[in-house]
Amino acid sequence: WLAANQQTIYIVILMIFVGIEVIGRVPSVLHTPLMSGANAIHGVVVVGAIIVMGQADPDNIFALLLGFVAVVLGTLNVVGGFMVTDRMLEMFKGKRQKK
Amino acid sequence: MDSLLIIVYIISSVSFIIGLKMLAHPETARQGNWVAAGGMGLAILGTIFLYQNEQGAFLHNKVWIFAGLLVGGAIGTVSAKKVQMTAMPEMVSLFNGMGGACAALISIAEFNHFASTDFTFQIHEAYQNADSIDEATLVLPVRMGIMVTVLIGLIIGSVSFAGSIIAWGKLNGKIPDKVFKGQHIVNLVILGLIVVLGATLLYNIYAQFVVSSGDIGTLSAVNLFNKIRIRLPLSVFVLFYIILLLALAYGVMFVLPIGGADMPVVISLLNSFTGVAAACGGFLYENNAMMTGGILVGAAGTLLTIMMCKAMNRSLKNVLIGAFGGSTVAAASGA
Repeated sequence: WLAANQQTIYIVILMIFVGIEVIGRVPSVLHTPLMSGANAIHGVVVVGAIIVMGQADPDNIFALLLGFVAVVLGTLNVVGGFMVTDRMLEMFKGKRQKK
Repeated sequence: MDSLLIIVYIISSVSFIIGLKMLAHPETARQGNWVAAGGMGLAILGTIFLYQNEQGAFLHNKVWIFAGLLVGGAIGTVSAKKVQMTAMPEMVSLFNGMGGACAALISIAEFNHFASTDFTFQIHEAYQNADSIDEATLVLPVRMGIMVTVLIGLIIGSVSFAGSIIAWGKLNGKIPDKVFKGQHIVNLVILGLIVVLGATLLYNIYAQFVVSSGDIGTLSAVNLFNKIRIRLPLSVFVLFYIILLLALAYGVMFVLPIGGADMPVVISLLNSFTGVAAACGGFLYENNAMMTGGILVGAAGTLLTIMMCKAMNRSLKNVLIGAFGGSTVAAASGA
């Protein structure tokens, strides 16, 4: 099992370090926008929903419906997530210039 | 996999990392958000048009996929534009919950797909040319790793979904803080039940494909079919959905006692949960964009949660378990 999944294990470990490193010294004012941005990025789960949907048997209404709802929710996460983050940061810019 | 899609996924993974890095600095934050968004768009389009399964078939049901993207995109755009500035955190929580629900639905779909697979056919394919079957070569038609991934995706996704909805309700004042005696014990019991039932489910599936050793040896492939129970029993389905319900209940119980002021920390924690659930989807489909994006958010989100706690001069433990002591303080300050 270890031999077969070696690469995956490496990816997991390296990505954990990248994730920690990348946001290492974020100023506390950016906490909420960063959380929102990260929230949008895990919306990548919609890719899985698209794969489920695209492989569902066209006669299987249950599978189609399940996949459809998953795609809708995943897209909501992605689109809403990035837009809300942008609005937050937009508000930010104004505040900083006033200072 | 098509090499163009591999390149697309590499670009999106890198854009997630760069986007997150830029988001952590005030000057570049806004562009960083769009860098990540661009990578996401690329990953989505690439998946729709370039993804091929192991048999080399492209995705079908494209009309459904685009309809889903349109509906989700429209609702997401409108709600993100309309939301009040002060209501931003609860909106993030709601979107986070949608991501968790998406991960859980993927697990449900994969489980049902697996459960309706014709195992007779698979075993037949594998052994049709064998005169006799050696026990050592008898392969389980289901890789246990995949079932474990499906279960973990289901559990974490559901907890994240239910928890985020409660956090959303708390932030907009619809759901009050609820603390009762022994809440932590109830939570622990639910968590324990989830683990035990999950293990039982895995064992039940595994047991369907185990032939008692005396039966094998000289049996022909045809006779083997009669020895293996091909159809999964109803109990497996029931167990799966009980686990789903328990995970949802855990998500509710986990967030319910935590005070409203601590909600941003909780949302950040649930955010990293959803990241892990997305990564489970990545393992399932051996999809590196999902894997890297999910783990990245899982790790960054956990660190961010801890930093948010520090900024409020609290420890994470304090926020999560401090509901007892915290409730009286909150009540006093609220009055």
